[in-house]
Amino acid sequence: MSLSNKNEQEKNIRVTEDKFLAPENRKHTVIGPGGEEIFVDPLNDYFCTEKPKVEKPYKGILEKFYNWARAESLWVLGYGTGCGSIELPPLFSPRFDAYRFGVAMRPTPRQSGVFIISGYLAVKTLKRVIRSYEQMQNPKYVIALGSCTINGGMYWDSYNTINRLDHYIPVDVYIAGCMPRPEAILSGFNRLKEKIKEGRAEGANEYIEKLEWYKANQKKIIKDWNMPDYNW
Amino acid sequence: MELVKKIGFVLLGLFIILNWGLIMSGIIRKIIARLGMRRGIKVFQPYINLIKNYSIRSQISHGVMFYLGPVFRLSGGIGIFLFMPLIHGSELWSNFSFTGDLILIAYFAFFGMLGMALGAGEGGHPYSAIGISRGLAQFTAIELPLTLAIISIAIQYNTLSISEIVAAQQGGIQNWTLVTNPFATVAAMISFLGAMGHSPFSVVMAPQEIPIGPPTEYHGTFLGILQTNRAILHVIEAVLYMNLFFGGATNWGILILKSFLVYFWSVFVGMVFPRFRVDQSIPWLLKLPVLIGIIAIALLII
Ligand code: SF4
Repeated sequence: MSLSNKNEQEKNIRVTEDKFLAPENRKHTVIGPGGEEIFVDPLNDYFCTEKPKVEKPYKGILEKFYNWARAESLWVLGYGTGCGSIELPPLFSPRFDAYRFGVAMRPTPRQSGVFIISGYLAVKTLKRVIRSYEQMQNPKYVIALGSCTINGGMYWDSYNTINRLDHYIPVDVYIAGCMPRPEAILSGFNRLKEKIKEGRAEGANEYIEKLEWYKANQKKIIKDWNMPDYNW
Repeated sequence: MELVKKIGFVLLGLFIILNWGLIMSGIIRKIIARLGMRRGIKVFQPYINLIKNYSIRSQISHGVMFYLGPVFRLSGGIGIFLFMPLIHGSELWSNFSFTGDLILIAYFAFFGMLGMALGAGEGGHPYSAIGISRGLAQFTAIELPLTLAIISIAIQYNTLSISEIVAAQQGGIQNWTLVTNPFATVAAMISFLGAMGHSPFSVVMAPQEIPIGPPTEYHGTFLGILQTNRAILHVIEAVLYMNLFFGGATNWGILILKSFLVYFWSVFVGMVFPRFRVDQSIPWLLKLPVLIGIIAIALLII
């Protein structure tokens, strides 16, 4: 193969794999302060490429104590996906007052431990959900709200939504209904608390153990995968 | 032996202040909830949140400064504590206070903020950077009336030692700075509103504006340290104002009562008034409060 031919081929490969990337995330060269050319591959250079590890729970009474604290202080990521998210704000109104159960909203995934998927997930939203979910720290819990997350609900044959949420991220508690009332969500929180206290809410570790399966499912749906494999 | 005893009492004092800070924030949240016709959190919820944060299994780091940010913040809070006389007339509860501690404490108040700025900057999150630049800008404006008030009472009592200022105020309400130098008190109490981060000046940390500002990237143990610091800082700043303007405390009961009331002042204002934007709060702080502070100094000099 001649040199020019090879170059051409490489260029073609690059174009296909970079097709979905934002311009600043494509491989490119930058000119340094001294005039030298530096080649950067943003996905490898700017993002952490390390694989996540399973974080073993502590043993015995310490883990029980921690689980009690985790259950009594549920910080929910303020992220609404489908129509169900309209039922979340009333939770914090005087009528339902979720604060008394130790539930609070956090605006950043780093600090929150509970992710409420509040309804149908469009393919576009799924990508954001995966990013946010992976940025949350172990242990983390997922509550799936409404029938859309269970089997697709009334969007069952939609061209643009996913059907079963637990093919993409592990789910701890389902709350059925279309749409579930705030009382149902409160009871869902209490179910989640029981699960955490029993030490059965290990979704974060499950996700890492079966990462390949989850990733394959996710990539089947998200055709324009333009982010690192795991979003730290 | 003396030193060991001293250190023991300092640690005990820190322990009491930390717990009072956590319980106080629980009580305040409960009061706010009742105002909003809610049941609200449990009084011990701040403890549970703290334990939860320390129990998070995985943490993400962004580099050395990211680690040091919360540490600097905590050392700022503990630094203020170390040089603050707690109980008037008690050798053991006066920590390491010395002549000139007032200057050092004013310095420590800013120190934590700067450390946090460096740490949050390294977090790389754009919201952290915006939050910290707004926070520092507003904090500088907040410090100005306080500094003027401190200069005023330093002239009034002719000392920079908090213990001596407290000693000069003993013997009844008529001797408190509140009565003898009302202008300085007003300027400082306005500055206190800003330092506590309740409503009119809470935009820096407001979840609704930019996701919670400087601590956006902090989680788990990092956030636990920040929360610990906040509990200490809120009480110890209230103790500072109590010492400077409200006659100090002669026992722990009075300290707890007065620090609660001083802190409650910021909560009260926060509940009544809506929030300033940064471009509104800084000009506001630089006008009336600074003027009052200058009057407080001028009256003493003339
Ligand atoms: S379950 Fe019903 S309410 Fe919930 S997202 Fe689906 S269609 Fe909307």
